[in-house]
Amino acid sequence: MTDTTLAFAQGEPHNLRGMHESVVVDDGPAPKRIVTGYGFWIFLLSDIVMFSCFFASYAVLLGQTAGGPSGAQLFDLKSVAAETTCLLLSSFTCGLASIAADVRSVRWYQMAMAATCVLGLAFLALEGREFVGLVARGAGPTRSAFLSAFFALVGCHGMHVSAGILWLLTMMAQVFAKGFRADILRRLLCFALFWHALDIIWVAVFSIVYLLGSAV
Amino acid sequence: MSDQVQEMHSHVGVAPGDEEEARVGPRLLGYVVGLGLAILLTATSFFIAGTELVWQPSIPVAIIVLAMAQMGVHLVFFLHITTGADNTNNVLALAFGLLIVFLVIGGSLWIMSNLNHNMMPMEQIMQMQR
Repeated sequence: MTDTTLAFAQGEPHNLRGMHESVVVDDGPAPKRIVTGYGFWIFLLSDIVMFSCFFASYAVLLGQTAGGPSGAQLFDLKSVAAETTCLLLSSFTCGLASIAADVRSVRWYQMAMAATCVLGLAFLALEGREFVGLVARGAGPTRSAFLSAFFALVGCHGMHVSAGILWLLTMMAQVFAKGFRADILRRLLCFALFWHALDIIWVAVFSIVYLLGSAV
Repeated sequence: MSDQVQEMHSHVGVAPGDEEEARVGPRLLGYVVGLGLAILLTATSFFIAGTELVWQPSIPVAIIVLAMAQMGVHLVFFLHITTGADNTNNVLALAFGLLIVFLVIGGSLWIMSNLNHNMMPMEQIMQMQR
C-alpha cells in the first residue's frame, strides 16, 4: 500500500465534520452507539420509502370506489382523533422512557414503557374496532380498489405498531432481567427511533387517508 | 454516567435520537414542547377539515402543510434530528429518503393523472370492442 492510500484508509471518511476543521484528528472508528443508531436510521428511512409506495397507491386509487362507499361515507373522524391522541401520547411516554433509561431509573423506565404499551394497545383496539365495523358494513378490502388500498396502507401501519408493542415488551423484560447494559441501551435507542417514526407515519395517515379522504 | 455522555457526544457525531443536552430538566421540557406543538397542529388539522369558516378549496393544501409542519416537529423534538454540525450524516440520509418519497408519490400521481387524462372514455372502448 502506498502512503497516500494508507493515509486515506486511516482517515475518517464518515466524519464530515472533519472537513470543516483545519486539523483532522484521527481517533478511530465512531462509537458503537452511533454506528448502530445510524444503521437503524437508514432502515427506518427505507421503511418510510416503502410506506410512500402505499401512500402513492392510495392517492391514485382514492376515487376508484367501483360504485361502493367513499371515504366521506365511511370514516369516523372522532375515532381517528382518539387513535391520534393515543399514539401521540405514547410517543411522549416513550420519550420519558428514554430519559429514565439515561438516568438509570428502573422504576420510571418501567412505568413509562408500561404507559406506552397501554396507549399502543388502545390505539390497536380502536383501529381493530374500525376495521371490524367496515367489514361488517360490507366495506371490506375486497369491495373496491379504494378500500383495498385503504386496508393495505392502514393495516401495514397497524402491523408495525403490533410489532413495536412486542419489541416494547421485550425491552421491558430485558431491562428487568439484565439492567441497563450498554447493548440493551443501544436496543432502546433503536426502539425509541422506531416508535417515534411510527408516529410520524401516522401523521401522514390521518392527514392524507382520513382528513383528505373524507373531503373527497 | 458522565463517561456514557462523553462517549455519546464525542466529536465524531451523534446517533439519531440522541440529544446534545444531557440534563433531565431541559430534555423533559423538549418533549413537553414537542407534545404541545404536535397537539396544536393536530387539533388545527381536524378543525380545518370539518369547518365551513375557511375557503373550501384551500383545505387540502392547509391539511398537507399542517401535516408537514407536524412531521418537522416530531423530527426535531422527538427524534432529535437537527441541523447541528455533528448531525450532518443523519440529515443527509433523511434528505435522500425524502427525495425518494417525493419521487414515488409525486411521480405516481403525475403519471396516473396523465394516463387518466389521455385514456379514451370507457363507453368508446366498449364500442370499439364490439
